Amino acid sequence: MMFRGPGGWIILLTLLVGFTLDMIRLPRWLEAFNPEWLALVLIYWSMALPQRVGVGTAWLLGLLVDATYGVVLGQHALGLAVVVFMTMKVHRQIRVLPLWQQALSIMLFLLVQRLLVFWINGIVGYPSHDWWFLAPIIGSVLVWPMVFIVLRDLRRFFMIR
Amino acid sequence: MARLKSTENKTLFAADLAVNLRMVALVLLSVVIMITDHRSQRLEPVRNVLATLAYPLEYLIQLPILIGDRVNDLFTEQSQLLAELDNLKKKQLFINVQLQKLTALEAENRRLRALLESSANIREKVLIAELMTVDFDPYRHQILLNKGTTHGVYIGQPLLDQRGVVGQIVHANRFTSTAILITDPNHALPVQINRNGLRTLAVGTGDFKTLELPHVPNNNDVRVGDLLITSGLGGLFPRGYPVAQVTRVEFDPGSPFAHITAQPTTDLDRIREVLLVVSEPAPDPDSMPVGPHKSP
Repeated sequence: MMFRGPGGWIILLTLLVGFTLDMIRLPRWLEAFNPEWLALVLIYWSMALPQRVGVGTAWLLGLLVDATYGVVLGQHALGLAVVVFMTMKVHRQIRVLPLWQQALSIMLFLLVQRLLVFWINGIVGYPSHDWWFLAPIIGSVLVWPMVFIVLRDLRRFFMIR
Repeated sequence: MARLKSTENKTLFAADLAVNLRMVALVLLSVVIMITDHRSQRLEPVRNVLATLAYPLEYLIQLPILIGDRVNDLFTEQSQLLAELDNLKKKQLFINVQLQKLTALEAENRRLRALLESSANIREKVLIAELMTVDFDPYRHQILLNKGTTHGVYIGQPLLDQRGVVGQIVHANRFTSTAILITDPNHALPVQINRNGLRTLAVGTGDFKTLELPHVPNNNDVRVGDLLITSGLGGLFPRGYPVAQVTRVEFDPGSPFAHITAQPTTDLDRIREVLLVVSEPAPDPDSMPVGPHKSP
């Protein structure tokens, strides 16, 4: 799907950049707010080009995340697929929203994803006892305008449709 | 025009339906995979392939650090290097002196063990691995190491550092491996109190500075400051390595077990390098290389 049409490599590259950014360790005080880069990039592409980047792509990348981080396989796969699914359901509406309203909708998608991931964590024996697991959502919402503008310009420059 | 619109609607609807169906399928697949992966090791090959795919990217984010180290080496002053060398030489001397005593003790220990007809591994082979800087889930105490199955790493292999036990390998990929630390809430380690040989389990709490000893009866002899060492009973960890020091003992008459916590001897949140122990089958006491003494 992703490689049907021009610029498939660019899409894959941005997704891999998102995946790599997720792995980079931030300073201690910022660590909890580390944005969910891969999720944001996936949200962008599934919003702009839902016919090319869909739930299948998100699921496969999520599986890669699970294997890399050594967590139970399927956890992030499910989380990311759900995020992309929700984005695709409303992509026509949020595409035209102003950036800050987009950021708010993304906050909701990521909230669902975080809750899913932590629910599964709880089942496999890693319950969390505080609310810090929601902190990445704040970071993600703050960087969303930047992610959106960079990816939009890339898409226009390479004329990816 | 109206007709065109209705066909457009129809294709949109069909596309929507296809996405819904795909999503349902993926959810079911995820659940099946999660259950299989949680309950068995059957998906380990899949995990290895995926983790190997991610290795170039993991390596990529190590690069700035590696380059930084290299540049740092280039610009280190010669005098500084000489000072460091001097320091290391002194340390080496000091350690050598200690080692001399240790060799004698080791030989004595072996003789005594031969007399008792029990065997024990005293020296283990080790492999040095470095931690890769990858941002892991803060709720799991897991680390990524730069050695994998190609270097001989296997699942269950114990990890040590110069001050004590660190953890064990849970996923061994081709070039990397994931290890779980002893403070992970899902980790339990068979330990022994060095002072009196009392055996128990040290369970992780999710805090780098705390281990719990949940199964010690109230009337047992445990004191603050006691050193916990590995008992070797689980069969995974070699015997006799320091694990933690008891920091708090509370006897609660209302509950059958005492509340005991201990602090790991290593700073688990600050390790950079670990030793992977290659376990060998326990040597036969008869074929053990005992120096001057040989039992008839």
